[in-house]
Order: sequence, then C-alpha cells, then structure tokens
Amino acid sequence: MSQINRSASHINATILANKRVGQYHQIVFGIGDLVKSCRPGNFVAINVGGDTSRMILRRAFAISRVSESASFGGTMELIVAPHGSGSKWLCSQIEGSEVDIVLPLGTAFGIPTSPVNALLVGGGYGSAPLFGLAEVLKARGCKVDMLLGASTSAKIYAPMEGKRSVNSLKIYTEDGTMGELGRVTEPIKVLIEAKAIDVIYSCGPMGMLRAISELTANTDVVHQCAVEEAMACGIGICMTCVLPIKGDDGQISMLRSCIDGPVMDGSTVQWHLVGQVPEVLP
Amino acid sequence: MSEFDFSTTLGNAFFNTPIFTASGCASSGKELAQFFPLKDIGAVVTKSVMNKPRYGRPTPRMAETPSGMLNSIGLQGPGIEAFLANDIPWLVEQNSRIIISIAGETIEEYATLARKIRSVSGISAIEVNISCPNVENRGLVFACDPDASRRVIDGVRKTIGGELPIIAKLSPDVTNLPEIAKGVVESGADALALINTVLGMVINLETMRPHLGGKTGGLSGPAIRPVAVRAIYQVHAALPEVPILGMGGVSSGRDALELILAGASGVSIGTASFGNPHAAVEIQSELRDLLIAKGFSSLKSAIGFAHREVGL
Repeated sequence: MSQINRSASHINATILANKRVGQYHQIVFGIGDLVKSCRPGNFVAINVGGDTSRMILRRAFAISRVSESASFGGTMELIVAPHGSGSKWLCSQIEGSEVDIVLPLGTAFGIPTSPVNALLVGGGYGSAPLFGLAEVLKARGCKVDMLLGASTSAKIYAPMEGKRSVNSLKIYTEDGTMGELGRVTEPIKVLIEAKAIDVIYSCGPMGMLRAISELTANTDVVHQCAVEEAMACGIGICMTCVLPIKGDDGQISMLRSCIDGPVMDGSTVQWHLVGQVPEVLP
Repeated sequence: MSEFDFSTTLGNAFFNTPIFTASGCASSGKELAQFFPLKDIGAVVTKSVMNKPRYGRPTPRMAETPSGMLNSIGLQGPGIEAFLANDIPWLVEQNSRIIISIAGETIEEYATLARKIRSVSGISAIEVNISCPNVENRGLVFACDPDASRRVIDGVRKTIGGELPIIAKLSPDVTNLPEIAKGVVESGADALALINTVLGMVINLETMRPHLGGKTGGLSGPAIRPVAVRAIYQVHAALPEVPILGMGGVSSGRDALELILAGASGVSIGTASFGNPHAAVEIQSELRDLLIAKGFSSLKSAIGFAHREVGL
C-alpha cells in the first residue's frame, strides 16, 4: 500500500488501431512485454495534445484489456469517449501515431484464489475494464454475472465478444432505450439478500459506487470499486486525487486514488466525506 | 567538454548539478525514483512539512488552465515526526541530496520545526516556505508581509544556528518583492526560492461556483514562467550576492537557462513532473548541452548573465 505500481514505465507506444464504435473509440496500443504487468483495474496516464499543446497534464484511462499475439506482440486496448479536449485529441490520432504513456498505474482488482460468485457492475464507459476482469475471473472458475447501466443506450459499452466471458449480462438504462428501464443498482439488493453473490466488482460514476457500498454495508459481500477522482499526475506526486479512507485502526486518511486506488475496498471509502475535510486529525 | 562545471552552491551547500525538484511537486521522492535515480539530480526538495499531521483542503483540488494548472492541496502531510522517521532515512539511502521544506501556521511553529530538523543528518539545506497560497487565512501568507517574513526567518535562524543554509521561499503576489527579499536576507536567509505559485481561481460553468474545494488555488506551469523570470531578474538585480533557487513553469532546458540568465543559481522542476515523470533529468541534460553550446565553461558563469551589458 502507498507505493507506486512497481511496474510503472514511461514509454512511447504506437497506435495499432483506432476504431470508432458508436459514441466511443476503441484504441489499441502496442506496449510489448508490459502487458505481462497490466492487471484488470490498472490505469494508464497519457500525454495529450502534442509538444506545443497548452494541455500540460496527462489524462488517465482505465485499461480495458490486454492481449498477446504473434503478429502484434503485447497490445493494450482503451475505450475512450471524446468528451474533453484531451480525449478528443487522443481519439483523433491515426494508426501508426506514437503516444507518450505511463503504465501500468494504480492498484488492481483482487482476484479470489478459489471460485466465487462474482457480480460485475459497470456504469457508462466505466464498464470497459470489467470485460478484461471477467476473462480472468472465468479462467479461475468463478461464476461471473454482469450488470451494466447508463442514462441512455448510447452510453452503454458492451462489446459482442465481451459477452462470451460472462454467465449473464443485464443492461439498465434510465430512459429505457436499451435493456430494462431503471438503475443498475436496483437488482443488487435482491441478489445480496438471496446470498447469490460473494464479491461485487464495480467501475463507474462515484454516485453508483457509493450506492453499491451502502447496499453491501453490514453484509458479507466484498465490494471492490474502481474510483474516479480528478488527478494531475497519476503517479502519486501531486496529491490532488485524494479520498477519505478509513484504515484498520479506525483513523481516516486522505489517500491518493492513483496510488492506493483506483481499486479500493468500498467499505473503507468515507463516501459522506468526499469533497470535505474530516473534522479533526487525532 | 568533460571540463564543463555544472555544479552550484546555495549558501554553503554544494550540489553536483543545478536541477532540483520543487517542494510539493515530488512528494518525498519515492514515486519519481521509479523513473530515475534521485541522486542523478541536484537535490530533492521535499513537500513542505508542518509540525502536526494535516488533511489539507477538500477536493476538487485541481483545475487545468491554459498552459498551467491551479492546485489547492493545503499542505496535506504526515507531520514532522513521521516525515523524519520514514521519508528522510529512505532518501538518505538513495544517496539523494535533500532539502527539507517546512511550513507553519505561526512563527513559533517554524522555529519548532527547525529545532526538530537541527540534528538530522544528511540534510543539505532547509527551505522555509512562507508563501503557500493554500492556507485558510490569506493573512497567514507570511511572505506577503515584510515584518512577518523577517520574524519567521529570524526565528528559524536563531534555532538552527549557523550551519544549515536557509532558503526562504517567497511569493510573487506582492507589490515590492526586492524589499521582502532584503528583509529575509537581513534576518538570516542564505538563499531565496522564487517563485511560489500565483493565486488564482476558476469558476465551474456547470455549478457557476468556484471549481476548487478551497475556492482559490495556486497557478503553476508554463503560464507563470514570465512572472518567475521577472521576479528572479528583479531580486538578482537588487541582491546580486544572494543565491536564488528559481522555479516557475520550467519544462525544458531552454526554460531553465532563461531563469539562470535572469539570476538563478539553481532551478526547481515542479508542475512539469506531473506531465512528464522524467522532466527533471531530461531538463538537466538539455540545460547542460545548451550551456556548452552557448560557450559557457561552467554553470556559474551563466548565472545572471542577462544583467551584463551587451558586449561584455
């Protein structure tokens, strides 16, 4: 804990593919042997805008999946929605472009040593790293069910090939344009009460992560969530991405989501204190 | 080429190279050590530490701005006891040169910190940060008040005695920077760190309220480099004998050279490390090549060169 990812490297990676899929881009980078160090949950920090850019900070993206092939070597896939100027720049990069990346960063989802019933919950494009995670869990013999939610169908990320790595997939949209009408958190309560799941892995907006943490509180269900907090460096030196976390000793510390996260134990995050400063330091 | 002398001094402290980290932009060095050996740069300037552990300011703590960023960390840290127990021994093991940066809420707190640091071995200098803009009460920015600045430095000087060089970190957000600089030098500062961040604000157009949890923040990055060059030039003109550790938006060797020509004896790399973890070592190598290309035989011969009359 509290150490930078020991495998973190600063490299130039070539874009091998950049495909627009609906409202997002699926971008594949050649990263060589670094694939061996990338775990589901880890993220990357990318320099955007080129040498003369006025954007001076890296942009963080969760690794969607990594793979190794004879023709391309180690590759990494990111799912990027062109929202801000940085992600728009990245989505506009053509195949063959070199991009300055620091990876892998942060903590990874904990993988159980024996088979468990796992529920993967993704909000919006936050579902991207869950498909890579699902493959790893399936390989360990886990039962993997997935719930994806978003405000509308265009914000659901659910690739065809990803569906093969889960036992079941249910989609919820708040406007009913895809799957069932409603929020992704609604069925979780029932699943917990039925003791149908052992672990929840989640990735998405902070409000969703908080809601799941409240549902799993005082139950035996473990909740591993990948948090989102604005960060300037991604490598632990700027102290901007902190979250209030309760330690084993009951003390609250402001921990960096880039070093002690993004994957955190949802029960330790003091969600009610996010955006505040704890009253007193003992 | 091999005779080029890249070394520098700040007070009686000697450094092999003039490139340092900037306080608050390298934590205590552990993370950057993943990317390069810390002993390869002049020194690590650690994040300003206070007497007690501190949570800092609420999030959001960051806003990117054109060629810069605002930060509003508020001196989050473990407190001096934990810092001296954990961070310093590790840095010493790395054979890194170390400058400890301290910050206090009161004049007495600075003296207390100085007393706790006095007997620690392996320290090259102490930076007295009297200019952090992210404190609850702007009245506590000592560096905006000539009298308070003097009293802080005086208290630290009296406590640590004569050996350890004191570097006073000043704010550019003042009307007469050379006057404040003269005051702290008279009170016992051996060197000056110029500049801390510039106070700024961003309003979020979605909420139509200040974006940062702490409302205001410190502006850093290339956007403030001309402010740093001006501040260093002004202070070097007024106090040519006082070494300056320059900082403010340096992200390349040419930027570092600009600060040195203005009068800096060393250059700290801050925000550039956020965008490029190798920034300090890359800038160091570019600066060395640039000085040699310009015909300087040493770093020292370039310090304050911009003040010399044309033709000399």
